[in-house]
Amino acid sequence: MTASTDSEHFDVIVVGAGPAGSAAALITARAGLKVLLIERGEYPGAKNVSGAVFYGSAILNELIPGWWEQAPVERHVCRRELVLMSPSTAVSLDFRSAAPGYAEPPYNGFTILRPKFDRWFAQQAEAAGAFLLTSTVVDDLLYEDDQVVGVKVRREDGEIRGNIVIACDGANSWLARKAGMQRQLHTHELSLGVKEVIGLDEAVIRERFQLTGDEGVALEYVGAVTETVHGGAFLYTNRNSLSLGILGQLSSLAQEKKRPYDLLESFKAHPAVAPLVRGGTLREYSAHLIPEAGWSMIPNYLYSDGMMVAGDAAAFCLATGIYIEGINYAIQSGLAAGTTAIEACRRQEFSRYVLFKYMEFLHQRNVLTDFRAYRHAPKFVNGERLQNLYPELAARTSEALFQVDGSRKKKLLPLYWQTLRQVGAKPRHVLQDAFHVARSYLW
Amino acid sequence: MVMTTHEEKMRTIRFKVDNTPHIIVDGEKCRTCAVRTCITVCPANLFVPLDDGSVLFNYENCVECGACYFVCAQEGAIQWSYPRGGFGVTFRES
Repeated sequence: MTASTDSEHFDVIVVGAGPAGSAAALITARAGLKVLLIERGEYPGAKNVSGAVFYGSAILNELIPGWWEQAPVERHVCRRELVLMSPSTAVSLDFRSAAPGYAEPPYNGFTILRPKFDRWFAQQAEAAGAFLLTSTVVDDLLYEDDQVVGVKVRREDGEIRGNIVIACDGANSWLARKAGMQRQLHTHELSLGVKEVIGLDEAVIRERFQLTGDEGVALEYVGAVTETVHGGAFLYTNRNSLSLGILGQLSSLAQEKKRPYDLLESFKAHPAVAPLVRGGTLREYSAHLIPEAGWSMIPNYLYSDGMMVAGDAAAFCLATGIYIEGINYAIQSGLAAGTTAIEACRRQEFSRYVLFKYMEFLHQRNVLTDFRAYRHAPKFVNGERLQNLYPELAARTSEALFQVDGSRKKKLLPLYWQTLRQVGAKPRHVLQDAFHVARSYLW
Repeated sequence: MVMTTHEEKMRTIRFKVDNTPHIIVDGEKCRTCAVRTCITVCPANLFVPLDDGSVLFNYENCVECGACYFVCAQEGAIQWSYPRGGFGVTFRES
């Protein structure tokens, strides 16, 4: 971008060209507003890391019909596997479907590589008329009488003015904190993900994961896969590479004094994982923070005078064990913020009394609704027993169940009872947790 | 190779190093820190404990995740900001 943007005045300034930011920039630019999209990386996506599966293709399809035909997507996900791990054993629930929702356009989800996808998505915002300013860090907000009126960037004469600022600056959102909208986050609310992209021949991937054509699989692991650290692991198939990594709750990583990259190595060496990654070559290592606590860490104020917060900056990441989603909520919240901005610009009023509409649009797009519904789940998922005890229990029960050694076969209840006692689980706790599961997931 | 050392992992990342550090660690404050969690948490292994009990930090190979900022138990030991625009880590595939 040219330096002339410095002296201009924008209707909307979006900070961060990830999925939330580009969605907000795209929809506001389409409405004819003068939009600036600021990105600190050399290009959009340069600083961004996800697993990544982007679920909710249908959401983007409304915005850009047939988007996957032009976007850099890897594989459409038609198979998911949830795996419980002990050090020696893996027990899994394997889902694969050729039902229309999974096997036909717009598909349910795609594996993507963020530097490529985010770059493409920001280009769509540019094509709609937004100005993209890369290699630019926003250090602060500009205020006039408590009203946000722009941003301060780390450049000479770095004041850029605009009517509305939409902060989409990620999990570690400087702007949300500066504006007093997000409190200081706790280490038990954040997970550190370390990841590798491992190159592997396309034909090998298809054969190894039983895939045809552009089909892809998402495997997610819990249990001894992160040793005693609370967290999990993932393995996703791209076109000619695998994305795999581990997530560790920051507080738990700190307490156990485990190094995240050591956990990543032991994940790859697990007998259930090693055959899947065999023969691959490391292409890129990366790391990122993930806001995983859900409802309880969403800022109390998502909007203020002249400002809104969206995406990871607003902690819109749903990690419930069943769902591990963020990009869809980033886009939905970006669109909700964008729609609010369009309405505010139409009325030429940018105070909180107009921007409160953001809450309504977030509800309409089911963002807040989903997080509220699953508000008890993150705590359960990161609890000690689900993390370490139950995967061990599942592994040992299955080991005993399937082993044939000539001794008398136990029926299931006594077998379960025996392994329950072996792993030191108290029936009282199991009952308590059953209630917790019910409250978190059933109603 | 699938199994890799930490050095091999770090060699796959592209950095454009700025001449001024974006993170400044006051290693003296770390002397009295009982936990020094940064040393094990940092995914780039950039916090080096020294014999005198202080901690040395190299900003050049920082992946800008923010983990150290959140785990630091010593008030004011870490001054954290993002690198200048266009500098720092540039992911290509992740």
